[in-house]
Order: sequence, then C-alpha cells, then structure tokens
Amino acid sequence: MLKMFTKTIAIASVVMFSLFISAGLASAAAAGAKPDKQKWGFKGPFGTYDRPAMQRGYQVYREVCSSCHMLEQLSFHHLADKGAPFYDADFPNPNDNPVVKAFAKDWEIEDVDQDSGDPITRPGVPADGFPHIYPNAIAAAAVNGGAIPRDLSLIIPARGGGADYLYALLAKGYVDAPDGFVVGDGTNYNTYFPGNQIAMAQPMFEGGVEYSDGTKASVEQMSKDLVEFLAWAGDPKMEVRKKTGFGAFLFLFIFVLLLFMTYKEVWRNVKH
Amino acid sequence: MSGPSTYEPKYAAERWLDKRLPIVRFGVDFMAFPSPRNLNYWYAFGGILTLCLMSQIITGIILAMHYTPDVNLAFDSVQRIRRDVQFGWLIQPMHAVGASMFFLAVYVHMFRGMYYGSYKNPRELLWIIGCLIYLVMMATGFLGYTLPWGQMSFWGATVITGFFGAIPVVGESLQQWLLGGYSVGNPTLQRFFSLHYLLPFVIVALVALHVWAVHHVGQNNPIGIDPKTKEDTLPFHPFYTMKDAFAIGVFMMIFALFVFYLPDALGHADNYQKADPLKTPPEIVPEWYFLPFYAILRAVPDKLLGVILMFAAIAILFILPWLDTAKVRSMRFRPVTRWFFIIFILAGFILGWCGARAPDDVAIPIGEGGLTFKWLSRIATFYYFAYFIPILPIMGWIEKTKPVPDSITKAVLSGDA
Repeated sequence: MLKMFTKTIAIASVVMFSLFISAGLASAAAAGAKPDKQKWGFKGPFGTYDRPAMQRGYQVYREVCSSCHMLEQLSFHHLADKGAPFYDADFPNPNDNPVVKAFAKDWEIEDVDQDSGDPITRPGVPADGFPHIYPNAIAAAAVNGGAIPRDLSLIIPARGGGADYLYALLAKGYVDAPDGFVVGDGTNYNTYFPGNQIAMAQPMFEGGVEYSDGTKASVEQMSKDLVEFLAWAGDPKMEVRKKTGFGAFLFLFIFVLLLFMTYKEVWRNVKH
Repeated sequence: MSGPSTYEPKYAAERWLDKRLPIVRFGVDFMAFPSPRNLNYWYAFGGILTLCLMSQIITGIILAMHYTPDVNLAFDSVQRIRRDVQFGWLIQPMHAVGASMFFLAVYVHMFRGMYYGSYKNPRELLWIIGCLIYLVMMATGFLGYTLPWGQMSFWGATVITGFFGAIPVVGESLQQWLLGGYSVGNPTLQRFFSLHYLLPFVIVALVALHVWAVHHVGQNNPIGIDPKTKEDTLPFHPFYTMKDAFAIGVFMMIFALFVFYLPDALGHADNYQKADPLKTPPEIVPEWYFLPFYAILRAVPDKLLGVILMFAAIAILFILPWLDTAKVRSMRFRPVTRWFFIIFILAGFILGWCGARAPDDVAIPIGEGGLTFKWLSRIATFYYFAYFIPILPIMGWIEKTKPVPDSITKAVLSGDA
C-alpha cells in the first residue's frame, strides 16, 4: 500500500514536470558566422609555435597593425625570451639580442631627460614596453570614428573563438554585404564579426608586406602568420607549460600507480 | 567515539613532553582514529578538499606578493605574474583552476553526505559547520574572481553586489557601504582583496571545527549504521591514509590536466579584457560553480524574490537534518527517495545549464518553439525546493525502507557494504 503510494508520488512529480513543459519561444542572438577550424601547430598537448611564421607575423603586425593597435602586455625584450619569435641561444639575456635591439630602436619612446628633467623622446631599448599609440582612450576613439582599436597582446584569449575566429575575420570575413543589409556609417561588413559591422576597414591586401624569406604574402598567409604571432603574444608560456605538464603527468602516473599498489598491499588482509 | 588513548611514550623526552603538552598523543590518537571499514572512494573527498585548501592558500600567498589591488594596475599585474614572475605561469593557473577544483570536490563531498544521510543525528552540527564552510567558500570565490579586474570580474561584482540593493529600505545604503562608493571601483577592489585574503583563514578555523566534530561523532559510512564492535572499524592510518592518498593522486591528475592543458577552459574569454565600466558585456555569466544559483535568481521575474529564493536555496541546506524525517540514514535502503535524490542532482545540473544560457533561448525544441531556459530553470528551481519540502519529510514518514544490516562487519562479509 505504502509502496504504491510512494510510486504514485514519484509518477505524479514526473507528470508535474511534463506539465510545466509548455511555454516559451526563442530569439536567436545576433552572433557572427561560425569560423572554420584551422590547423594550428600550437594546439594539442604537444603543440608548439611555428617560429618562422611568428617572425613573419611580427612583420605583419609592425607594418600593417601597429599604426593603430598596441601590444599592451609586451615589452621588446619579450620577443627574445626563450620560446619567443626572435629567441637566439647566443643571447641568453634577451636585452642583448641584436634583432630585438634593432626593433626597439625603431620606436620613439617618451622619457625624461636625466639632467634637466625635461620630457624628451629617445629611441627604444629592449627593456621598454611597446609604447602607447594614443595619449588616452578618448583620443583613440576620436581618430578612429568612435571605435577604440583593441590591444592585440591578449586578443586571442579574449575572444571566445580564439585563433580560428581572428583568422576567419581577417582572411575571409571582408566580403560584400548581402542584398538588403545596410552597413552603418564608418563600419564595414564582416561575416564573422558579431553583428556583422566592424569599424576596422579591411587591413590585409595581397602583397601588403614583403617577406624576406620569399613566402608569398597572400591575405591568407599574412593573416595566418599574424595569428600565429598573436597566439604567442597572448600565451607566451604555453610551450613550457605543456612540456612541464607532460613531465608532471609522467610523474603522477608512476606515483599514483605506486600509491595504488601500496593501498592494495595495506588492505590485502582486510575484507571491505 | 575516539575511545581510550593507545599512545605510550617510549622515551624520557616523550614522557616529559606528554605530561606537559600531549601533542604527540594527540597526533597519534588522531591518526589511529577508528574509521568504519566500509568507507568507499566517495569518502576520500575530505582529504581531497584538504589538499585543495592548502593548495589555494599556498599559491594565494605567493600571488599576493606580486598582485596589485588597484583598478589601474590589477589586470596588468596578473599578466605580469603570468608572463614575467618566476613560475607565475604555473602558480596563477593553479590558483584559478584550483578554485574550480575546490568547488568540484566540495559538491561531490556534499552530495555524498546527502546520499548517505551524513547530516542525521548525531551529525547535525558537523553538517551545519560544513554548510558554513561552503558559504564562506562561495564568498571567497566571488571576491577572488573580482581581483583580476577583467570584464567578467567587474560586471560579476556589479551584478552580485546589486543583490543587496534589492533589499527593501536599507538595500541601497547597504550596497554603497559594501562597495565603498556608488559603484564598483577602487575602494571595492581593495576591500575585496583584503577580505579575499582573510576568509580562507576563517575557512581553516571552520575546517578545524569540522574535523573536530567528525572525530567526536565518528564518520558515517555507506550503509549508515554505527560501528558496534572493534571489528567494524579500522585505524585511520594506514588504511584510510593510503586509500585517500591514492584518491588524491587521481584527483591531482584531473587538476593537472586543467592547469597544464586547459587553463582557460573553466574561465570566460571576456575576463582577458580589462574591466571597462562603460561597456557592458553582451552576457554576464558567473563562474560555473555559481551557475545553479544564478539560474534560480533569474527564474523569477521579481528581483527581490529572486534574491530571496537564491539565498533560500543555500539556507535550506542548514535545516536539512530536520527536514529529513527518515530513521534510516543511507539512501541504499530507501528505494524511492533514492530516485528523488538522483532527480535532485539532475535538477542541479539542469540549473547549471540554465544559468549559462540566455533565459529566452530554447533549451528543448518542441514544434515551432520549445521550452526556454527560463521555463526550464523554473521547473528545476521548483524541484530543487520541492525535494527539501515536502518530498523529504513526507518520504521519511511513509517510505518502507529495506532491511538494514545488523553490523558493518556482517554487511562487509556478505558483500552488501
């Protein structure tokens, strides 16, 4: 009798559950198109960055992006750290790396004259951070039609779609707007940008840079190289982290196996 | 429960110490604590949680050496830790992932307690102290998530402190008092950092009480009957130290998988953007371990009612020992309530799913439209509370339980434990 009653309660709750299933309609969110998955060497448990691609990517950043976008979290010497695009084993101290020294010299850095205290500008050194491009956010918005160019050092981790998204946006996203789609003033149509209207005009064009290693500078190639560089900029310790992780797992497997054997040995004569 | 002390000092120095401060005796008796012989792996989560707490405190202390609680510097200082501080790339993800692992373990630990009736007489206080730990953990987790000062940090803090603004009459002034201003800003960040450093030590104190309580009343076990003879128990060391150590090792592998290979999987991409008070993110989502409560909050249209329901969802846990009227502890012997419990866990997962999605999106398509997440969360919220009242008290009165074994040893030998 009681059992029947409890069963009835159980069934009743299931019925109530399904009774609630009645209302509600949905609205689709205005998201950009889903980017295709690309093959990236830095994905996966043993992934590493492609050094020549990163170096080309830096060139793209310098020649195409750096007039508007900064690398807020990077200093020049980071480019010569172990695992970085321009690492050179001959220069264990990244500040001595001649390639990076030359890059830094290319930028004007605001400083204070050590004798007079007057504001001056001087050529950069590897210890300097990548300089700010605009004096403040208002100035950045003012010269860019109201949109503030994003910091690129964290652009890949800061976007849900990551590398695939950025590649798709740069290499494939700039197409003609479909019929009937009104593109707002100062914006450009992009398939992959949420809302499809992006303030940034198409940045990459065939042959936009001249690669010194002879690689053909197609839009796809430049985008791919830039993403490789920015992936590193967003997560520069990824290689050492994955390598350490492999060692950690090797250790843990053996350690856990030994713990398991000890546990079984201790409990050998105890039924439980 | 712990019985007479078995410690005998062997050396003169030990005898001298034992007479004045029996700290060695305390340690020896602690390790010899008689534990039921049928504890399964679900009982290893106490040890796992100890590891989590220690890991969080150690990594947290190191992070605090490099972190700067200032709205202009906080975000960059976390990046400095990840990029430039020696082993910062390891310590920062250990702390961030560690918070998720801590909550994962605490949820398993709580569900374990609920399934085996570990909150029942005489363990009510043990359960309540545990609930207090969980509450302080949630506060600590929330405060900590604010510190990196990303977009989700800022807007999460704005939303959650906004709950207090929903309280009638005093709400607004209370909210301003908590924030140290009219909105989340530098005073908020600095006090959150201070409290985030304080609360873990409150947790340590509560854990000490929790462990004291469990040593006083003894551990519950999967069949939920008290040990009657010496045969029913085993000394904690070496039997459970080794079993726990193995379980902790397996847990560390899951932990390591996230730290080394998926450090961002449990976070939100928007938190890699600096907090911007002028730019609301398209969706504000809390950390995964708060999602079920977030879904309860959003299930009702009225803000105050939502806040009350959300806090009630936690408060009801404190009175669980008196809501469950059953004489039998373990769900193993409660054939029907067992299913209600399984549905309860399912409702928890559904609430978590709802909390992560937009309320008006369709969760289960039916014909043209379908069941939206809002309605799904309403159903799950309804069941969440219905499980405590009236299902548990009524089932305790009417359910015909299965026969409970006479002793732990008998159950073990017949293979039922």
